[in-house]
Amino acid sequence: MKRRSFFKSTLSAIALSVMTIGSAPAWTAEDTIKVGVLHSLSGTMAISETVLKDVALMAIDEINAKGGVLGRKLEPVVVDPASNWPLFAEKARQLITQDKVAVVFGCWTSVSRKSVLPVFEELNGLLFYPVQYEGEELSKNVFYTGAAPNQQAIPAVEYLMSKDGGEARRFVLLGTDYVYPRTTNKILRAFLKSKGVADADILEEYTPFGHSDYQTIIANIKRFASAGKRTAVISTINGDSNVPFYKELGNQGLKATDVPVVAFSVGEEELRGVDTKPLVGHLASWNYFMSLRNPTNDAFRKQWAEYAKAKKLPGAAKPLTNDPMEATYIGIHLWAQAVEKAKSTDTNKVIAAMGNQEFNAPNGFKVRMDAKNHHLHKPVFVGEIRPNGQFNVVWKTSGPIKAQPWSPFITGNEKKKDEPDGRSK
Amino acid sequence: MLRSSFSLFSLPTFVFRLAVVWLLFCFSLGAEARPDAGQLTALAAGDNDAKIAALQQLAAQAETDALPVLEALQDDALYLFGQSVLIARADGGAVDALTDEVLAELPADAENITINNRVRGALAVTLAAIRLASNHASTRLEAIEALRANPDAALLPLLDRAWAKEENASIRKRIEITRAMMRLQDTDRAVRLEAIQTLGQTSDPANRQLLEPLLAKDAAGMDPELRAAAQKAVTQINNRLARGEILGGIFSGLSLGSILLLAALGLAVIYGLMGVINMAHGELIMIGAYATYVTQTLVRGHAPGWFDWYPLLALPVSFLAAALVGIAMERLVIRHLYGRPLETLLATWGISLILIQTVRTFFGAQNVAVENPAWLSGGIEIYSNLILPYNRIAIIVFAAAVVLAVALLLARSRMGLFVRAVTQNRPMARCMGVPTGRVDALTFGLGAGIAGLAGSALSQIGNVGPELGQGYIVDSFMVVVLGGVGQIAGAVYAALGLGVLSKFIEGFAGAVLAKIAILLMIIAFIQKRPQGIFALKGRFAEQ
Repeated sequence: MKRRSFFKSTLSAIALSVMTIGSAPAWTAEDTIKVGVLHSLSGTMAISETVLKDVALMAIDEINAKGGVLGRKLEPVVVDPASNWPLFAEKARQLITQDKVAVVFGCWTSVSRKSVLPVFEELNGLLFYPVQYEGEELSKNVFYTGAAPNQQAIPAVEYLMSKDGGEARRFVLLGTDYVYPRTTNKILRAFLKSKGVADADILEEYTPFGHSDYQTIIANIKRFASAGKRTAVISTINGDSNVPFYKELGNQGLKATDVPVVAFSVGEEELRGVDTKPLVGHLASWNYFMSLRNPTNDAFRKQWAEYAKAKKLPGAAKPLTNDPMEATYIGIHLWAQAVEKAKSTDTNKVIAAMGNQEFNAPNGFKVRMDAKNHHLHKPVFVGEIRPNGQFNVVWKTSGPIKAQPWSPFITGNEKKKDEPDGRSK
Repeated sequence: MLRSSFSLFSLPTFVFRLAVVWLLFCFSLGAEARPDAGQLTALAAGDNDAKIAALQQLAAQAETDALPVLEALQDDALYLFGQSVLIARADGGAVDALTDEVLAELPADAENITINNRVRGALAVTLAAIRLASNHASTRLEAIEALRANPDAALLPLLDRAWAKEENASIRKRIEITRAMMRLQDTDRAVRLEAIQTLGQTSDPANRQLLEPLLAKDAAGMDPELRAAAQKAVTQINNRLARGEILGGIFSGLSLGSILLLAALGLAVIYGLMGVINMAHGELIMIGAYATYVTQTLVRGHAPGWFDWYPLLALPVSFLAAALVGIAMERLVIRHLYGRPLETLLATWGISLILIQTVRTFFGAQNVAVENPAWLSGGIEIYSNLILPYNRIAIIVFAAAVVLAVALLLARSRMGLFVRAVTQNRPMARCMGVPTGRVDALTFGLGAGIAGLAGSALSQIGNVGPELGQGYIVDSFMVVVLGGVGQIAGAVYAALGLGVLSKFIEGFAGAVLAKIAILLMIIAFIQKRPQGIFALKGRFAEQ
């Protein structure tokens, strides 16, 4: 405890010093509502997170153009935690205590979320987290608009085991060595067991961050796949390592029709810098694809393309939308609706108003915030990669499904309540 | 059969039969030669089961006229518009698949027909069945390979016909193997024995799976001789697979080693010969990779016909780009810091950050796509589990060539003589009239240029992004330190040794543990032998 208070005091000292150095706008007016945006704009995660900042600003512009919230304009406060996990906590504290934002939209990696969580709980702030994650967390102060494992990983595996997915009976669980792949694979292993897949039919492999030589792993997959039953690879490989992995796969002659690979971290933005020829036919599972055809998504894509062009964003020549962008967009609108309902930006009142908020999402469905568990009810899509870097939806759920942040496939979770109990763990 | 019917039946009957056959043939030309309305509807609007049924029918018919529709289906160019099925054309127009009616423009609300992996697999078999009759040997080869991967006994008559016509020995061999896979359950014992023996000559685990059930005690129609043959075939396949695995391990080790060598060679020159700790070495590799990307983009824009050969043009470009940056670094910063390793380390680290940010500003933070030309995609199949990818072979050959060139340059050229002289005794070299400043700049440029070449090669197997170099800097230093400072040969041994060793450990311990084990081993080794594998000998060694 002593150590913790020391840590806290250090943090507040830093926050204080930042406050004195930082240039808070002097014209802070009462007629705006401040909204924090906490995404890395530099460092390794900038590749993924920069567009989330942009889409958040776009949604804020959109709400302001329609008159704002409670008759007040939204004023974005953008900070850059620079892919540095402790800095996430500092910046979060700065947003809440110094800038006095009503809500924060941010974080990508699970470790950054874990780093800001104590800050939001201590200061009773409000965080909207837009990325698919491993579950096993439920905080009163966080709304999770990305997918829980049962809204991404498990439906994808069910598809692989179905007739159309190739009736896979042997699985390679391949991931980068950190918490998200490890937890997801733990859940998947238990799920596969419940479906009658023997331990001998599961091969679990991990690689270090930034691994680029997949020769041995492909050879292992080949050997594993030659045992007779249909084999599929479930990949939780992190961003950059995917390109060497898929290139090696193509060169070693493993085609998607033989051994399909389903990935949980490969989306439109990740495929931007990739020669997609060797990837065609491999799969990804998300709650949104840019290629979905429905009026809401058409409008969303158009809005993003125009915004990117007007703001001269780096990717404006080929504007792409993806799942975390959609989740960010949904999150901001749900929050605005909840504030209107609560007639206040007070954290507790907004949390109370969030339950059962609905929004016509670009994925074509009316998504709804669960009454209790702070997660969205979302539809799940499985898509195959096409040569143009887009996805062709080959399977989808009939409607939105409820999130299970405490996966029933991890022992001990059955006793946990499906709503925040004041503590995050 | 035909001959027997000729002899058995009287002439009028024969004429009548001939007429019927002729009529059927005409009918098949008119209706069956291309997908009929029912098949088209199934392909376009049916569910996956209906699509696959239609594809299997078309495979058995194996008519070339079905190709346009099937190829359109494969390329996502087939559209459903009301009741009609349209094939989109490159010019924006469309052709009705049934009536050949040409539309100037593809209707905007026509629905694109997309397929999933399961249908795509069936489609590949159908296309292969049709293409087996192609006039081009390469097309037939691809077709038989596709059929071999998905043997379907219903296609046996088709294969028999193809086998009778085939003249190309290697395709004929493949057809035989594919037929054998389909004939293992034949009722004729001789046919069965031959099939077993044929499969024994392959190295495909899929064939082993076909053979293994025959070894069971209660397998239908097996006698001791057949069983012995099957046992022998399985053993043969197993032996080949085991050999393939060992050779594959060695190859992947060599491949990783050659990559490490390419990445480290420039550093061996700069650090080894000049004693400069160049933390920006990784960024010089990255500049080489971006130079390759720019060359690729320019070639695609201005001479698309030559696109396949852009890597050859990219090599000198990336060498020059990295060498120029290197020389600029040396002249502007590093030459002021000779003999002050700590300052050099910090300064070059700063330069590396500047280079990363510069590239990020010009090209964006996202990775850029460097495409493999066709001749660097795919690989040679030695055994089914030993495929040597062309890009990796090319990098091994290239690394060998670069090492040879650098060794020759240092050992045989006037420039090399100067470099060695300056390395060994700078004041004396200057006294003898060697322009040490220029030699320094050129040596640094050479090391940087080699890093550029490495970047160009690495762009063919991995990501190209601003942080590309960061992944290689530690490995490069590892190779140079392990090999012994000042030695090109040391770098070669160290790189290949590290490559093979880490692939060997990864084989049974996984990639994460392999990385840790290698680091521990290097630390232990350096403790025992701080000068590396090779040490400089002589008076200057103690400097």
